[in-house]
Amino acid sequence: MSDLRDLYQEVILDHNKRPRNFRILPQPTHHADGVNPLCGDRISVYLDIEDGVIKDIAFQGAGCAISSASASLMTEALKGKPVNEIEHLFEAFHNVVTTDCECPKGLGKLSVLAGVRDYPSRVKCATLAWHAVRAALEERKQTVATE
Amino acid sequence: MNDMSTLHHVSPLTHSLSTLGGELGRGGLDLARIRADFPILRQRVHDKPLIYLDNAASVQKPKAVIDAISDCYSHYYANIHRGVHLLSERSTAAYEGAREKVRAFLNAASVQEIIFTRSTTESINLVASSFGGSTVKAGDEIVITGMEHHSNIVPWQLLCERTGATLKVIPFTDAGELILEEYERLLDSGRVKLVALVHLSNALGTINPAKWMIDLAHARGIPVLVDGAQSVPHLAVDVRELDCEFYAFSGHKLYGPSGVGVLYGKQALLEAMPPYQGGGDMIRLVTFEKTEYADLPNKFEAGTPNIAGVIGLGAALDWLNAIGLDAVAAYEHELLDYATAQLQEIPGLAIMGTARDKAALAAFTIQGIHPHDIGTILDREGVAIRAGHHCAQPVMQRYGVPATARASFAVYNTRDEVDALIKALWKVKELFE
Ligand SMILES: Cc1ncc(COP(=O)(O)O)c(C=O)c1O
Repeated sequence: MSDLRDLYQEVILDHNKRPRNFRILPQPTHHADGVNPLCGDRISVYLDIEDGVIKDIAFQGAGCAISSASASLMTEALKGKPVNEIEHLFEAFHNVVTTDCECPKGLGKLSVLAGVRDYPSRVKCATLAWHAVRAALEERKQTVATE
Repeated sequence: MNDMSTLHHVSPLTHSLSTLGGELGRGGLDLARIRADFPILRQRVHDKPLIYLDNAASVQKPKAVIDAISDCYSHYYANIHRGVHLLSERSTAAYEGAREKVRAFLNAASVQEIIFTRSTTESINLVASSFGGSTVKAGDEIVITGMEHHSNIVPWQLLCERTGATLKVIPFTDAGELILEEYERLLDSGRVKLVALVHLSNALGTINPAKWMIDLAHARGIPVLVDGAQSVPHLAVDVRELDCEFYAFSGHKLYGPSGVGVLYGKQALLEAMPPYQGGGDMIRLVTFEKTEYADLPNKFEAGTPNIAGVIGLGAALDWLNAIGLDAVAAYEHELLDYATAQLQEIPGLAIMGTARDKAALAAFTIQGIHPHDIGTILDREGVAIRAGHHCAQPVMQRYGVPATARASFAVYNTRDEVDALIKALWKVKELFE
């Protein structure tokens, strides 16, 4: 079961059980829904952006432990960050969950999701919230899918 | 062509097979022998013996089927229905021989009533397009059940969009049983042109009272299509006894290859229906002014079909008939009872679908643990299940869950495998504690 612990690390189980920033922002400047058609998971992300900085970010929805924890960790990582850093961070995160790369220092706690790289069918769970944020920033109206 | 060595699965009850938990005796199936027919089951995944419990999605193939396909390509493959040469004659005979096997399997009156398609999905689309397109008008209604697979929902929605007809849905209880008073009420509108119902629900395991529902529809002159994708591997089906107008199923859930499906239709209806696709093989005479269509069943089989696949399906039916569907049903029923009793002992586990008449699968959720996570953890224990919405999103919505985990059984599964499933589920609980 040790390899399963690599995926389901304590931090992930904790964020799954007690997701941070798990709420609705009443008047977000940006908002989008993401859906993983594979498992039917749905999440909504809300952002408050002021002067190019993410003042507040929150999410809601039902998902597996990986997608919930990833969304929760993402909100922690993005809060207070300039919007123009998001793409770069997502790219680095995507690399970590899909390739055997070394985890870059700047990723912080997000790197606990590195175990996902051994579970290719779960990559979509880990990236769902990020896709939704990207859609929110592009102000796409349609629900984004991971496929 | 068919390997006769597969014809002795039913053995005397006197054997005993300790490694298989004394499976022999229950229904008299020789499980060791059945399992030996499946090369793919002899492997380890993630360093554990493979325990394949995703049979409702697609079932594994016995050697007899693999060999029949290989035999076709190795020895006598050619295009059918058009060759003057020996190989084409042999291929045609094998292909049409498989049609006769399907006819006998369903107890249809004539081989002209057996159309080969790509899948259940294509069979249903054929009916929606050809029968629906020519008979359904604005203001008409199509009745389906609330527990349909998307493939028995979306073709009707498309038809409704095209024609201005309306889709009506029979609701079901928390246990997963159709509310039959509601069904009768829907039938009484006087506008229903077709009932399309799933025989055995892939999301719940419910076996719907098809015969009874067909009789009710017929009493009002309404034709019925039955989606038999899940039923044919688990219960004996007799289309003349059911008296349904259409019956659809897929080869790949019936121990046959993927890419082959069947549509049974009553001859008079099929004859009256316009073709679904145009092309070669479905014509009698083509001029640029007018085309005469071929007779049944060719009228509905445009183009070169999946020849080896159809022959493989025929081999699958031989294999299954040698065991006997009644024996399969009895054995799987006991396996399901055995699994259900143990699943119910896991705290927080809720089984979705507890109909009195049920078969072959257990769909469930565990409180606080997403089915997708259950599926991943089980996989690492060698246990393959399905986690998701099972292409039945309305069923998930009915219960207010995004997804379920589903263990689905085939005749080759054993009690030991059920025990391994349960053990792995306890590991899931442990990991998430
Ligand atoms: C009840 C039911 N109907 C239809 C289908 C569709 O079968 P296919 O994908 O082979 O067309 C399935 C497959 O999962 C099913 O379970």
